[in-house]
Amino acid sequence: MSQFLQQLINGLSLGSIYALIALGYTMVYGVLRLINFAHGEVFMVGAYAGYYAAWLLGVERFEAAGQNFPIYLALVVLALAMGAAALLGVLIEALAYRPVRSAPRLTPLITAIGVSLLLQNVALLVFSPNPRRYPAILTEVRFEFAGVIVTNVKLTIFVLATLLMVGLHLLIQKTSWGRGARATSANLDAAELMGIDTGQVIRWTFATGSALAAAGGILFGLDQITINPQMGVLTGIKAFVAAVLGGIGNIPGAMLGGILIGLAEQFTAGYLSPDYRDAITFLILIAVLLIKPQGLLGVVRTEKV
Amino acid sequence: MRPLRRVLPYGAILLGAWGLGACKPSAEELANATGDIVVGHYASMTGSTAHFGQDTDKAARLAVDEINAEGGVRGRKLRLVTLDDRGDSAEAANAVNRLIDVENAVALLGEVASSLSLAGGRIAQRRHVPMVSSASTNPKVTKVGNYVFRVCFLDPFQGRVMAVFAKKHLGLSSVAILRDVRNDYSIGLSDAFRKSFIELGGTIAVEQSYAQGDTDFSAQLTAIRASSARAIFVPGYYSEVATIARTAQRLGLALPLLGGDGWDAPDLFKIAGDALDGSFFSNHFAPDMASARAQRFVAEFTKRYGQAPTGLGALGYDGVLVIADALRRTTTVEPKTLRDALAATREVDGVTGKITIDADRNPTKSAVVLRVSSGRAKYETTIAP
Amino acid sequence: MSKSPALRVVVFVTLLFALSLAGLALRANVIEYVQRIVLLAGINIILAVGLNLINGTTGQFSLGHAGFMAIGAYAAAYIGVLLGPLVEGWCGPGLLADGLTLNLALVGGAFFSACAGLLIGIPSLRLRGDYLAVVTLGFGEIIRILFTNAEFLGSATGYFGNEPAGLREYTSFFWVYVWALLVVVGLYNLTFSQMGRSLVAIREDEIAAEAIATPTTRLKVQAFVISAATAGIAGGLFAHIQAGIRPEDFRFEKSIDMLVMVIIGGLGSISGAVLGGIFVAVTLELMRDLAQYRLVIYALLLVVIMIVRPRGLLGTRELFDTWKKKSGPSSGARV
Repeated sequence: MSQFLQQLINGLSLGSIYALIALGYTMVYGVLRLINFAHGEVFMVGAYAGYYAAWLLGVERFEAAGQNFPIYLALVVLALAMGAAALLGVLIEALAYRPVRSAPRLTPLITAIGVSLLLQNVALLVFSPNPRRYPAILTEVRFEFAGVIVTNVKLTIFVLATLLMVGLHLLIQKTSWGRGARATSANLDAAELMGIDTGQVIRWTFATGSALAAAGGILFGLDQITINPQMGVLTGIKAFVAAVLGGIGNIPGAMLGGILIGLAEQFTAGYLSPDYRDAITFLILIAVLLIKPQGLLGVVRTEKV
Repeated sequence: MRPLRRVLPYGAILLGAWGLGACKPSAEELANATGDIVVGHYASMTGSTAHFGQDTDKAARLAVDEINAEGGVRGRKLRLVTLDDRGDSAEAANAVNRLIDVENAVALLGEVASSLSLAGGRIAQRRHVPMVSSASTNPKVTKVGNYVFRVCFLDPFQGRVMAVFAKKHLGLSSVAILRDVRNDYSIGLSDAFRKSFIELGGTIAVEQSYAQGDTDFSAQLTAIRASSARAIFVPGYYSEVATIARTAQRLGLALPLLGGDGWDAPDLFKIAGDALDGSFFSNHFAPDMASARAQRFVAEFTKRYGQAPTGLGALGYDGVLVIADALRRTTTVEPKTLRDALAATREVDGVTGKITIDADRNPTKSAVVLRVSSGRAKYETTIAP
Repeated sequence: MSKSPALRVVVFVTLLFALSLAGLALRANVIEYVQRIVLLAGINIILAVGLNLINGTTGQFSLGHAGFMAIGAYAAAYIGVLLGPLVEGWCGPGLLADGLTLNLALVGGAFFSACAGLLIGIPSLRLRGDYLAVVTLGFGEIIRILFTNAEFLGSATGYFGNEPAGLREYTSFFWVYVWALLVVVGLYNLTFSQMGRSLVAIREDEIAAEAIATPTTRLKVQAFVISAATAGIAGGLFAHIQAGIRPEDFRFEKSIDMLVMVIIGGLGSISGAVLGGIFVAVTLELMRDLAQYRLVIYALLLVVIMIVRPRGLLGTRELFDTWKKKSGPSSGARV
């Protein structure tokens, strides 16, 4: 039983991180009908941004002295990383996606793959392929109950992820930008005709999604101990599958999908075999696309010709 | 398209072919080769296992410079030419071809990863250019042919070393295995360990696996925690091993870890911190080993590169020493003669011990076991074959 | 194009003869380093032209072709190891036995790849471009994971056959380029046939094609299967130029290499794919000093080409369009 609970806890925390990343995919797809392949790399850059921000703020001094890194400084690290990622997201949109917006489907897809590869390989050059230990922005504390180990890191992941997602939900539902985003998702041309600055909406969509991914990156680093320049590849794909599972373009769907994928992965690794933890995500994708392509919470879209 | 634009692509291709120096050198050109003796080194200098190639190359260069400072080999200087194979087996074959054809290497050094040595070794064997692998531990490598040699011990031996250590020195009777299925080295080593440990009367409590690049080991470690294992054999590469150690620490799993030479990398302790304390691993060499030769090497390497050498570095150094020793015993650099000289290598004073090449082109060597304490690896004991 | 059958046979035999002469000349006069690159270029040609059928001509997006190459490689290697000694027993060792074994292995490899293509294509080709890309990527990875866990195929170490020297090196200039010729001519004829025109129609406007009763799914699957088979042939040839094959040789990076080949030449152009294949093989070696920047450069190329000249080098035209003054079914298309 305790093994089940342990896998459950691990699955939920992993799933929360996937959910954070999936939100970015789903939002961009909602407004642009584009799979932002580079989103996984934004996640990775966010993690590294957190790494360097922590280093700048002297995390090593705290570690050497055996002291905890102050919470307010941890929040600064988070803010810096999220800001950096938001900037990167907007930059990618402006340089790589905007020029090909009107091109037929395949072109933006290839461009997105190109940007993803570019970021990955530049990161490999700049950061070197060796994995790095993530700095102790949060000092680890273990709790044990009923034979299950929970760390404060995992708790933070839950809490932070939930807060961010609730925040996003409020943003979308209550603010005028949110209204604009929803309108643009429904119909870009109509929204433009109604006087909504869709360019602005798109920029903010990329910025927000990227910021959330960066938060996910920092949490991932804290939980998984190391980061490396290729961490965004597989995680990005899994988060994308999560978005599809929940219903691409649907924000609550992305959150649900993330949690489900995290649980599926953890239970497969624990009860079946760790070798197939990655394969299960792809199998889920194929199953979803075959059985209910609009996802769990999605709506069937008719394509007007 | 206008005619010129049509022709352009073909022209570019021909230009490229010319640029690659496509044409074979004449017999004259080959016979007139004097000057530096070229040793070709093919290694993974970039990619996820870049530290393999780089460690080996740094030490090999040190060896070449030291030999040249003492007058070279029969009056000629050695020159090490290094080509990157990026950890790709097709590239390894290309690199070996290029070293032979373009760089005129008379002997080859490489590789670390066994599958790459197999890829390059086949070419070396076919083209009759002697090859010395510094660190490939898979038995198949020297079976490729009589032109392929190595200066390190083999996986079956290394697996046995840790089995002996676990059973006899640590008195353990039940061990778990956590191996990397995406890694031929890890599989070979774990197979050897399992066989030896069972032969010695021990039991394997449970076997778990992971894939190189994984960062989440909680599932596997949770399963091991629930078993009767008193130690975990983790024959993987350093980055996963370090993360496994930290995760185990986090899960409250206080079992010692046992491993092989794949642990040996400068970043191992950067990532693991103190999580590996109380663990042991086998290696080709320990920086605090008693031998004077090893000490001198460690001092020179640290002085030159500002970091301590790893076991791979030590082997790369010894690889060059063995090649130079063979070259000194021949009067020409003719391939067959050089090959025979290599096969007759006796008691070369290497950093990793005295190297004598046996009939299967492998060295007879002992392994050292290191203990980790306070975030550092220290020499513990030597285990002979 | 109404050549008499006799003329076609003569042309074909002459080409075979020319290829074997070229092969001998290459072996005698060119250093082995370059020989190998020429062979790899030929294998790339087969890969690129095959992928072009599905990515270019049909406008679907497969990111997992490395998986089909892997299946073809492993199957061909296994068959080669099984049949090699048998065939040698029948006809005695030599070129005949080697050629026979190789071709049997290649056909076997292509068959298995085609089956995989069918299995994967039927469920996936109902999906839109973006989804298809991710699904095929996933399949490519799953195939690689399966091979990594397959003990009888050597798992991560790789499959090296039963001899200490590894897999027999059956691949030669002659065979690579005979197959390259077959694939290029075959797919060229396919592209300019009725089926090819339908595929282009699917690329241009799938819904319209459906509206005029084109069996889109069936055609897409057929094209996918053919494309998978050609990747399998390339894989089989690749296997027999290496000492052994490992799952790591067929990573996602390989699918990206194939994508670059097709895009540089122009999505939809067969001669473009040929040039793209040669380009990737040659630049791989020419850029040796820049090896760590290679993927950065490829990625930049992809992005820049898509923004500046999405049609690639040749767009959807062929090299010899001006010779024939023919406007093929693909001209005037947008990419």
